[in-house]
Amino acid sequence: MSWLAPAIQDLLIEALWQTLAMVGASAAIAAVLGLPIALLLHVTSPEGLTPRPWINRPVGLLVNAARSTPFIILMVAIVPFTRLVAGTSIGTGAAIVPLALAATAFLARLFENALREVDKGVIEAARAMGATRLQIVWKVLVPEALPGLVAATTVSLVSLVGFSAMAGAVGGGGLGDLGIRFGYQRFMPEVMATVVVILILLVQGLQSLGDWLTRRLSHR
Amino acid sequence: MADLRPLRLLHRSNPGHTPVIMSTQPAIALSGLRKRFAQGGTVALDDVALDVAPGEIFGIVGRSGAGKSTLIRCVNLLERPDAGRITVLGQDMLALDEASLRAARRRIGMVFQHFNLHSRRTVAENIAFPLEVAGIARAERQARVAEILPLVGLEAKRDAYPAQLSGGQKQRVGIARALASRPEILLCDEATSALDPETTQEILALIRDLRARLDLTVLLITHEMGVVKAICDRVAVMEAGRVIEQGRVFDVFTQPAHPTTRRFVAEVIGHSVPAATLARLPAPGEGETRRLVQVVFAGPASTRAVVSEASRDFGIDINIVSGRVDEIAGEPFGVMALAAYGPPERLEAAFAWMLGLGLTVTELEG
Repeated sequence: MSWLAPAIQDLLIEALWQTLAMVGASAAIAAVLGLPIALLLHVTSPEGLTPRPWINRPVGLLVNAARSTPFIILMVAIVPFTRLVAGTSIGTGAAIVPLALAATAFLARLFENALREVDKGVIEAARAMGATRLQIVWKVLVPEALPGLVAATTVSLVSLVGFSAMAGAVGGGGLGDLGIRFGYQRFMPEVMATVVVILILLVQGLQSLGDWLTRRLSHR
Repeated sequence: MADLRPLRLLHRSNPGHTPVIMSTQPAIALSGLRKRFAQGGTVALDDVALDVAPGEIFGIVGRSGAGKSTLIRCVNLLERPDAGRITVLGQDMLALDEASLRAARRRIGMVFQHFNLHSRRTVAENIAFPLEVAGIARAERQARVAEILPLVGLEAKRDAYPAQLSGGQKQRVGIARALASRPEILLCDEATSALDPETTQEILALIRDLRARLDLTVLLITHEMGVVKAICDRVAVMEAGRVIEQGRVFDVFTQPAHPTTRRFVAEVIGHSVPAATLARLPAPGEGETRRLVQVVFAGPASTRAVVSEASRDFGIDINIVSGRVDEIAGEPFGVMALAAYGPPERLEAAFAWMLGLGLTVTELEG
């Protein structure tokens, strides 16, 4: 990166770490929170293991509400909550809170779709063999959906890279923020170009890794 | 694992006494089953009753939508009937709480049309699944899998994934899995409907063989009369949620009572005469009539030279239009379409003689 001044190079490396931290942490939180929500949505759905419309509808509504709020608005709207969780509303750590929230809603829906793809026949066979509902969830539903869950996580990682560019609004830093502040506002096209190339490589890398893992896990 | 088996007809050797019958309790007893699916209100089951005796292979045949799938799913309560009684191995299934129902289901293996295997588990892991669910220790699971793989001829495929198997192999895995927890009953839900004819015969032979080896009671549903003919002892024919006819397979095949049953039977032992063949038959001569009949040969008369005897003794001419000899449930069985020529009264007498021999004679021409 000799076309960039050493000071900018340091900034770039720092920004890359910030992006990786924001995307990694929020995706991890979203996966951990999203799976139980997706399972809840799936088992309480009309065709699920225990249909419960009075749970399914409100939870579904909540997930949709979080998904339909534009991220930049969500980020500022939940500032009090962010302050409560992260202790501050500014910085990389604070940016992780809205990112994780948006990704949780997004991932919950994607996970639910992956669970719905599981062959109903396999679940029926497990019922016929005397499996409990919990066994069906953990020994059939989740393992059978695993490749789909990984593919969904890949999609959300890629989206998170994009979302994280908006984290600059709350001082979250990251590559997107660097590109805007230096590349755009300070008229340094070489910084902008470098940022874009790094982001492209990052997204490509994540997608390839996700695809590889999905292929490895599925035995179809 | 405790080897609980229903009591079978038990003949004690006690000279001078008649054999003692310990139990004739059916393995599966269904009565008054009704089921209507909400919305639209299609009646899937309409007052269905049947008993399956221990050790027999009982077939339920019907077109799609006849209610047979709902019926077999009622046996292990994958489907709950609106009314009726379901007794399996002496247990009133509808009275069981969830835990007892799960325990009861482990005594009833089930095989599915689309195999329903776990795509991410190997053959061995699929077969071990019901044992895992029952909380059986790993070592014992592996021992049981090793024991059952040779029964279905899949030792070499132990670590393969379902996607690497042919349809027939997948169904062998399905059968092995169904039998892993040593059930006394095997339910087969269109188990061969997704397979080609040759593989179908292989799977049916396997089921027949396993029934004998493992003392199983088998209840199967199918839309193919060929399956019934190949392995069933008794059959029930379903239409619009009702059992319209049931009995020993041989009887139902040789003397079907209901028109639907006759159509089913005709599929397997086809005896309809093509129009072109009919047109080519010679016209009757002076003072003669022509009668076209179907004769079913069954029982002791099936080995008599009926055609030549009739021709000689009654002075009539008989033209064999079509015919085949077959075996149903291990009994010889023949069906022929005959065009008989002669004076009307002699033809009548010949048919009466055939009926007297125990053959079934039915008119084919209107």
